[in-house]
Amino acid sequence: MSTRLASGGRFLNRATVQNFVFNGKRLRGFAGDTLASALLANDQMMVARSFKYHRPRGIVAAGPEEPNALFNMGRGARFEPNQRATTTALFEGLECESQNHWPSLEFDIGALNSLAAHVLPAGFYYKTFIHPRAFWKHVFEPIIRHSAGLGKAPQDRDADRYEHLYAFADVLIAGGGIAGLQAACVAGESGARVLLLEQTLHWGGRAVNDGAQIDGAPAQDWIAAALAKLTALPNVTLRLGTTVSGVYDHGYVLANEHVGETTPGDGRPKQRLWRIRAGQIITATGAIERPLSFAGNDVPGVMLAASLRDYLHDYAVSPGDRTVVVTNNDDAYLTAIALKEAGLSVPLIVDARRTLTGPLPQRARDLGIRVEAGWAIAAVKGTRRVTGVSLCMQAGEGGVIEEIACDAVAMSGGWSPVVHLWSHCGGKLLWNPEQAHFHPDPARPPLGADGKGFVRAAGAANGQSQNACADADHAARAALAHLGQTARTDLTLPVLEHPTQAAMAPVWVMPQGANQKLRAKMWLDYQNDVKVSDVQLAAREGYVSVEHTKRYTTLGMATDQGKLSNINGLAVLADSLNEEIPQVGTTTFRPPYTPITLGTLAGEARGEIFQPLRRSPMHEWHSDQGAYFEPVGHWRRPYCYPRGAENHADAVKREVLNTRNALGLLDASTLGKIIVKGPDAGRFLDMLYTGVMSTLPVGKCRYGLMCNENGFLSDDGVVARLDEQTFLCHTTSGGADRIHGWMEDWLQCEWWDWQVFTANLTEQYAQIAVVGPKARTLLERLGGVDVSKEALPFMGWVEGTLGGFPVRIFRISFSGELSYEIAVPAGHGRALWDKLHAEGADLGAMPYGTEALHVMRAEKGFIMIGDETDGTVIPQDLGMSWAISKKKPDYLGKRGQERPHMTDPDRWQLVGLETLDGSVIPDGAYAVAPGSNANGQRHTEGRVTSTYFSPTLGRGIAMGLIRRGPERMGQIVDFPTTTGTTVQARIVDPVFYDKEGAKQNV
Amino acid sequence: MSDPVAPLTGASFEGYVTVSAATAPMGMITIRADLADPALAQALAATSLPLPGQRRIETTGDASVAWMSPDELLVLVPHGQLGATMAQLNAALSGQHALIVDVSDARALFHIRGVHAAEVLAKICPVDLAPSVFGIGEMRRTRAAQVACALWQSAPGEFHVICFRSVAVYVFDLLKTSAMQGAEAGLFHPA
Repeated sequence: MSTRLASGGRFLNRATVQNFVFNGKRLRGFAGDTLASALLANDQMMVARSFKYHRPRGIVAAGPEEPNALFNMGRGARFEPNQRATTTALFEGLECESQNHWPSLEFDIGALNSLAAHVLPAGFYYKTFIHPRAFWKHVFEPIIRHSAGLGKAPQDRDADRYEHLYAFADVLIAGGGIAGLQAACVAGESGARVLLLEQTLHWGGRAVNDGAQIDGAPAQDWIAAALAKLTALPNVTLRLGTTVSGVYDHGYVLANEHVGETTPGDGRPKQRLWRIRAGQIITATGAIERPLSFAGNDVPGVMLAASLRDYLHDYAVSPGDRTVVVTNNDDAYLTAIALKEAGLSVPLIVDARRTLTGPLPQRARDLGIRVEAGWAIAAVKGTRRVTGVSLCMQAGEGGVIEEIACDAVAMSGGWSPVVHLWSHCGGKLLWNPEQAHFHPDPARPPLGADGKGFVRAAGAANGQSQNACADADHAARAALAHLGQTARTDLTLPVLEHPTQAAMAPVWVMPQGANQKLRAKMWLDYQNDVKVSDVQLAAREGYVSVEHTKRYTTLGMATDQGKLSNINGLAVLADSLNEEIPQVGTTTFRPPYTPITLGTLAGEARGEIFQPLRRSPMHEWHSDQGAYFEPVGHWRRPYCYPRGAENHADAVKREVLNTRNALGLLDASTLGKIIVKGPDAGRFLDMLYTGVMSTLPVGKCRYGLMCNENGFLSDDGVVARLDEQTFLCHTTSGGADRIHGWMEDWLQCEWWDWQVFTANLTEQYAQIAVVGPKARTLLERLGGVDVSKEALPFMGWVEGTLGGFPVRIFRISFSGELSYEIAVPAGHGRALWDKLHAEGADLGAMPYGTEALHVMRAEKGFIMIGDETDGTVIPQDLGMSWAISKKKPDYLGKRGQERPHMTDPDRWQLVGLETLDGSVIPDGAYAVAPGSNANGQRHTEGRVTSTYFSPTLGRGIAMGLIRRGPERMGQIVDFPTTTGTTVQARIVDPVFYDKEGAKQNV
Repeated sequence: MSDPVAPLTGASFEGYVTVSAATAPMGMITIRADLADPALAQALAATSLPLPGQRRIETTGDASVAWMSPDELLVLVPHGQLGATMAQLNAALSGQHALIVDVSDARALFHIRGVHAAEVLAKICPVDLAPSVFGIGEMRRTRAAQVACALWQSAPGEFHVICFRSVAVYVFDLLKTSAMQGAEAGLFHPA
């Protein structure tokens, strides 16, 4: 059983006990523990069930490569799935439970899957699509859906908060081991801005547990000295617990800082996403140990040798009294020696190599450890924990020559440099046959905008673990040279010494001639349950590309993205295909290096600040009145103002009738307002609008349409001429920024020699529409401006002081009523709004919302951009030829509108639609024509674009685009509805109300 | 006539820096003109302001002028001087091709004060605000999370942000969230 040793554990603070709960059990650890070390200290060898076969699984690793120990962490609003125990710091009160088990971890129904493993082969998922056909929908799909996914999805809103931080550095260094520290020292002491990020909570990486010596002293001494030096440098920023997760173009880097995870509820952000721009990036990310593929290599108690050593040194965790070590390299001997020195038993070191020459095997033998060369593990015994191993010759087929009882197995299949960050942005790899690993190819780095490499690898991540200091020194100097900075030449290079290691021997399957039965128990990908036999089956079925094999077998597709399995898997594939490993190649490394929770990516963008809401100067008033808001772009505009028990339809009806019969007030502040000024302003607007604006007299307004180059209607609005050279262009509420950009685009890129300046003054003014038969009375009460018919006729504007407010009053109408739109500086908006309500109370003044506005404009047959237009409609479709100048030689869209399809008389064109029964046609309904098309769909001949109940007329009215509509006045068209009924409507003129304009022209 | 109202007038938040909205409207004037035109420099000189260099904000007394783009400046004056300054500029540039408009009401102005002011802004603005890089007198047009803004530093630990009026609440909420106690990141100064 795994236990805590009585002493030791360099990361532990035994004075502080931390209580935690695992699967309902109360357990104890110490401050400094990871969740994984605390579980092992409590003899939790088995912590999970595997994904596909629900096999018992234990902790394999001590770092982010851990495939098995994933937990549902926390509860309620702090619940989070798939949290890795090896990278989760223990804290008082931590609660977690294992995933993918039912009904319990110890007794799991799903484990029956392993009895049926032969019916769940590689590519099972895809095979279910093929045969028998009906099975997919009714049998496989429901089962797979039920079992897919490891953790549970959170149910509650996340109680924690997250934030982003933009940071900049000359040199960003990922990884705070020996290489990262040395690179930081060189770059930092040379004066560069350095950001050094380390994913764990400790500096120094593997050096201490690997027995490294620097400058003749234990590595720990040098690490402490380097840190002291770096901390004192103001140009160096150090961060622990911060994982560099992705490298992107132009030196953009994302890193994830764990801030308040161990202190939930203390007000700190849970995580912080660093969004970094770096001149140069040094990846000093170390290497990951590979498992060996032997039968039963997934039984709880089988661990990576170096990870087991880490648990021993760092957390004083004994994996059991008796540990068998199995290896193909010398590094694992360090684990055997460490166990022995801790007073634990190592009954045997199984070394697949035939001859052992290095000093480490000798040292092991000198300590009395039995070492067998050329041996292999035939199978691991035990199901929920290791009970022993049966042994065989590596060169053979697995004939058992001895059995040994043990509690744990420490395995090492060699080391793979962590090349992820190097590869994210296109860095290429080379195969090193001696070390049997891929490492960065310095000749083919990721390239920056200058065509030169912007990422450099250093130390173990560069395949240079024995030479980490010098390699990092070199990387830092090269980075500085690239940045045009001078590296200090007076720094001494630390001398790094590791215990001497002899050559490793690649071992991809153990034993090398293992039969099918053994290969079907050799796990490559623990998390997705992919075995050696699965990859071999894929190869037999014709999968020759590593990318296809990955997807077919799901090798490396789990949350660990194959950190342990990729190289072993592709080696097995290469062997099956009889190819060399570099010819088979790797799958693509993509960010993030380790999963990032969505909350971190969202950062501050949640709740009230999920999106910017634009509020008019009168927003608070609307809100206080209980207005129902609707989104218009990012604006929130009052849709209607329900009173008492009124529903929205009733409120809209009241608002329309009140405006038509008395006095309505509309907050029109969102309307786009763009100033266009200059000697060429008239000429410019003549190009932008379909009509002529240059002839507009000062003091007058004119309605205009804007089209894009293809002739499609893009925006509309009223233009007022302020003086000889200045025009004020009103745009739609949603279109202001887009049209302003459109204007600047033409002025800056095409007509750069025209003398025109623009300014978007949308937000400078609050705008209030005073609408209805009593509008003039109200304005006269405020006084100060002559708003009589004679002084301010329809489509005129005046400037003045109205009731003490500096205003511009436009006599324009979107409702068909007597109407004034009053623009006032936004800082006065609320005060004027209040005053109009106060003064107009006895005249029946009431606010109206956007829906009443829509209804009234539809009653008048006025189009609305976005309703009558959808990007495929030209003004001619809308019967608006009157707004298109025939005299102008050109305007934006003119050529487009002359194309044959645009002049086709069969185009759908705007008409009014009057239902025969007075009902309202459903929004979006299509008019059907006889017959059907090749797909068996009913022919259509038009669609509804606006449809409302008209309170003024007491029945449904609509506008729509109908094929040859204007020629078909009086005809009946059919609109089938989604409920199976059909609404019949007569084609009529689109102006339903006051066609002569008598009401607005008073 | 009532006085114009500034967005969120005087609202303030004490986190690990102080965030406050302007207590009164600031007079703001956008000038669009050929910045190389000597008439522009003369017009500014008439209001005692220099022509700012690229990405600079220059202050004389209680008036400032900022470079906003290759053909755009922003003049900041106390609101009481707005009319007079507008008239002065219009007179000085009459006959020139230039656009001079009052944008005082289109903007909201916030002040961020404290040792960690730059860090709070670095959480929402993609700008290198390190003291060694972003000095006093630099004007930076950028974004605050999802909306446009401009920011400058008038003294160490004293930043100013302007944004559009309609998103004043959004930007204030952003600043408050970033400045919450406990969110010290120690980016430029130890937390």
